Amino acid sequence: MEARIRARVNLALTFFALLFFVAGSSPPRQFVISNAERRIDLSSHIINVHLTLKVENAGTRPASEVVLALTPTEVDHLAMVDASAIKGKRKKTTSLRLEVKPTELPDAPPIDTKYFTIYLANPLNSGESTTLEVLYVFTHFLEPFPAEIAQSESQLVFYHDTALILSSYHIKQQTTFIKTPSTKVESFIRMEPTNRVGTEIKYGPYEDRPPYSISPIHVHFENNSPFAVVEELVQEIEISHWGNIQVTEHYKLIHAGARHKGVFSRVDYQSRQSSNGASSFRYLLARLPPRVHSVYYRDEIGNISSSHLRTDSLKSELQIEPRYPLFGGWKATFVIGYGLPLQDFLFESSDDKRYLNFTFGCPLIGMVVDKLTIKVVLPEGSTDPSPVVPFPVEHHLEAKYSSLDVVGRTVVVLEKKNFVPMHNSHFQVYYSFKPIFMLAESLMLASAFFMLFVACVAYIHIDLSIRK
Amino acid sequence: MATMPASASDLLKSFKLKTKQQELLIRVSILCLVYILAFITRLFSVLRYESMIHEFDPYFNYRTTLYLTENGFYDFWNWFDYESWYPLGRIVGGTLYPGLMVTAVLIYRILRFLRFAVHIREVCVLTAPFFASNTTLVAYFFGKEIWDSGAGLVAAILIAVCPGYISRSVAGSYDNEGVAIFALLFTFYVFVKAVNTGSLAWSLASAFGYFYMVSAWGGYVFIINLIPLYVLVLLITGRYSMRLYVAYNCMYILGMLLAMQIRFVGFQHVQSGEHMAAMGVFFLMQVFYFLDWVKHMLSDTKLFQAFLRITVTSAVAVGGIALGLGMVSGYISPWTGRFYSLLDPTYAKDHIPIIASVSEHQPTAWSSFMFDFHILLFLFPAGLYFCFKRLSDATIFIVMYGLTSMYFAGVMVRLILVATPAVCLISAIAVSTTVKNLTVLLRSKNKVVQTGSTKGSGGSKSSSKALLDQSQPFQKNGAIALLFGAFYLLSRYATHCTWVTSEAYSSPSIVLAARGAHGNRVIFDDYREAYFWLRQNTPQDAKVMSWWDYGYQITAMGNRTVIVDNNTWNNTHIATVGRAMSSYEDEAIEIIRSLDVDYVLVVFGGVTGYSSDDINKFLWMVRIGGGVFPVIKEPDYLVNGEYRVDKGAAPKMLNCLMYKLCYYRFGEMMTEYGKPPGYDRARGVEIGNKDVKLEHLEEAFTTSNWIVRIYRVKPANNRW
Repeated sequence: MEARIRARVNLALTFFALLFFVAGSSPPRQFVISNAERRIDLSSHIINVHLTLKVENAGTRPASEVVLALTPTEVDHLAMVDASAIKGKRKKTTSLRLEVKPTELPDAPPIDTKYFTIYLANPLNSGESTTLEVLYVFTHFLEPFPAEIAQSESQLVFYHDTALILSSYHIKQQTTFIKTPSTKVESFIRMEPTNRVGTEIKYGPYEDRPPYSISPIHVHFENNSPFAVVEELVQEIEISHWGNIQVTEHYKLIHAGARHKGVFSRVDYQSRQSSNGASSFRYLLARLPPRVHSVYYRDEIGNISSSHLRTDSLKSELQIEPRYPLFGGWKATFVIGYGLPLQDFLFESSDDKRYLNFTFGCPLIGMVVDKLTIKVVLPEGSTDPSPVVPFPVEHHLEAKYSSLDVVGRTVVVLEKKNFVPMHNSHFQVYYSFKPIFMLAESLMLASAFFMLFVACVAYIHIDLSIRK
Repeated sequence: MATMPASASDLLKSFKLKTKQQELLIRVSILCLVYILAFITRLFSVLRYESMIHEFDPYFNYRTTLYLTENGFYDFWNWFDYESWYPLGRIVGGTLYPGLMVTAVLIYRILRFLRFAVHIREVCVLTAPFFASNTTLVAYFFGKEIWDSGAGLVAAILIAVCPGYISRSVAGSYDNEGVAIFALLFTFYVFVKAVNTGSLAWSLASAFGYFYMVSAWGGYVFIINLIPLYVLVLLITGRYSMRLYVAYNCMYILGMLLAMQIRFVGFQHVQSGEHMAAMGVFFLMQVFYFLDWVKHMLSDTKLFQAFLRITVTSAVAVGGIALGLGMVSGYISPWTGRFYSLLDPTYAKDHIPIIASVSEHQPTAWSSFMFDFHILLFLFPAGLYFCFKRLSDATIFIVMYGLTSMYFAGVMVRLILVATPAVCLISAIAVSTTVKNLTVLLRSKNKVVQTGSTKGSGGSKSSSKALLDQSQPFQKNGAIALLFGAFYLLSRYATHCTWVTSEAYSSPSIVLAARGAHGNRVIFDDYREAYFWLRQNTPQDAKVMSWWDYGYQITAMGNRTVIVDNNTWNNTHIATVGRAMSSYEDEAIEIIRSLDVDYVLVVFGGVTGYSSDDINKFLWMVRIGGGVFPVIKEPDYLVNGEYRVDKGAAPKMLNCLMYKLCYYRFGEMMTEYGKPPGYDRARGVEIGNKDVKLEHLEEAFTTSNWIVRIYRVKPANNRW
């Protein structure tokens, strides 16, 4: 709690500092944002911010680097940022993904503002303008208030932001839309013109704001969507060239919403479901690849019987239910495991290497994963592994000893923090493998049995007695 | 060219087995099949449910095994467990039989060394079936030792599927008995072998077998009393021999020294009353040997008679005085209550309610004998008859083992297990001898018919032929009929055993299965739901109070500290919990606070109709609590000697803590169609107190079928 207060104080200080240092040095103001529209979606605990910027080059030279500004708190909770350029008019728009990189601006205001630079595909000539679409995804950004609720209460959360978009450029016109999950909004700070219709709060339009101008606001609203967070997910993908891929996923799940306080009454939970435990959740849905087989769902103390698997040719859906409903602050750990046919995921590349093509992500739908570790266990005897992942991850190698291993298997470990479903994409692990190694274990077993029988024969035929 | 056919026929000849080799092949393959059968028949529970640990005690064994794998042997040996018997704790290393855990970890290490990536849980689950398979081998050799290899084979088959043994050795029943029966039978076998051969090597082996048994199970007391008794019987019947002397002395002295290395036994082995018989017989043996020597030296029989009289009297006197002195000075501890209750079945009921409260300590009903032994019950006396007909040192042993263990099996349900090997062996003698006699009858008759001209090969055969020639005409048909009868009975036995194993003994009791309304299987997994909730959502150092039955499970699965558990070593502590449960809430809260309890857990079957819940166990809590704290009186909870929970129940019953915790808000619950709310399905009544209010405790968690209910102890109000 204290840490949270301190964070908020820091945030406020940052804002003030920002206001004071507006006049200070700033990045080369080549660009002017002629129109900015921001849509903030607060319907779950993963916050999507869609920012549409119309950028105009007001400088004299062509420029290709547009800088985005974020507060440190936002950066701490930022799961991903994605930018694309919109081409064409109205219905015939096409979008082109652009590269975004965090940057340091040494001559920026001496406060903690963090910057991301968008690299445009073509430099923007003086006087030209282009439309950029930016997507920010934030996690752990909603603050439950009250922080502890009883079983019958619903969950209220705070959303803190600024009505004016933080930017290092002059913004001629801007509007912000905040979408709440329901019409139940306890309070929100107005900054005229402010308008609330249904589940949407509209801030703006505001005209001609100088760079770094902000105006803190908050929205206090009801959000009963499951705040399901996987604190840690370790996914182990074990490749066997005999035709199977075995996936084992270890989950540490927590309800990260307002903490449950006091009594948990089963009578109330069973009989009055609508008004009880509105923010709790019971079921989780995992989307698994098609042709999945031997699925299991268990934890440290044994099998959990409450799960259902539906399969069709395109996908498999596994509905699981933790042993107990999860209320705020309650945890559950469990393991999901399944087998997959090898030919769906393992291919041969042109340079005589093999590669695994698998989804980087968490099969559970709508989960935030604080720390995702993917371990790809290559078959024994495979060499020079190299992972290819579409976004930056940490990776290193390990060794693992599975059944009948002598030298151990190479394990490629990929780690990603703050993972959101939008990250879901394919990754590849390339490696070399000689098929002869497939026979190693079977030959070993066969020779062991052969030795055993030889020993038996020898024992029967040799007289070991001392007496004659 | 000419040599080719010759060499080919040689080759063929060398492939053709001689009769002896054929017999060996058949015997070995039968043994292999029995070995596998004994293993797989115990896997019903894994197939029906999952690879999991069953019941109560196995969870403690599993937890300690886990500790042993993680922390190594020395830490295990010196382990002081803070998580049980709060605030007393428990010296685990010194109060358990480590044989089972060490065995499992050893198997685990070997498998790991051989590069099999197994989990320790799988090893624990399959330890009992594995040892059951080994027991069948021992049974074969034992049968071979006391009778012949045919009897050995039959014994192996009988014991492989005998329900009396399966009940304690299905996969997942990771308990001391699983390995102990193997150790018991092995010790007996090796000891009999030692007596038969007089070999020092075999008696040494029996000492080590005894050591393993001591390390594995408290039932070793049976060995250390049965063997002296057996020796005594041999002495009395005049079967004293040098072989016996070597076997017993070596086994006793070495076995004693080895057994004292187990910390839980330690000096008890020379000090406690239960072990005195062995020591007495040991000294008696020396006296016998001495007398034998004197007899050898003295040629005068009259002188020897006088000497004998003096020696025996003085030996008995010295022994008696030593025993008396030891008893008086407290050096020799008296018999424990458990031992007494074996000799006198009514003892526990009057003096130690905590022993009497355990269902497996109840006297055995006839039906469970029938259930566990089936046809063996009839074959057992027949086998005894054959044993008496061919009396030897070995058959005397098996007869004594059978008779004593049968008596104990009658005293306590769980001791059927100890009797099972003996019953199987003796029945095997009956089956084997009968079948053999009948087949001999058949075959000799055939021989008479077809080979009238050929001369009889063996003396015994010709004599039986001569005997048969003048016997009744329908003998052959009778033999065939009897043979079919025997096989019919044996096949019934096999069917029965499989049925019992699958229906009765393969349920883990942690997970309950029932048939739903549409014939589908409904799983009640409430225990694990509650334990896992405790594990995940309570503070790491939370103290949980429950009745002692669930102590092991809470520490193993919930990973939380408990006040009392299934190691019922401190009766007062258990009585305190019993007292808290049977007091009014405001009195109970004092006890609960003094024990620093954070959560109270009760098991309640009113919603599902699960009958072994805390309300049905409640009278034992009252009795055990009242045994130490006389404020708790059993009649207060009864109405006219009747135990009830409905409107007519005793007022103290309706307001005691256990009642309140079980029935809190149960009055609002509709359990069955057409019944009023608050209808208790386990007892089939509408509860008497529907308006239960709790003042110092609050509901923390109730499982989906209400089987486990957990209450949080509210912090004390500020005094200001």
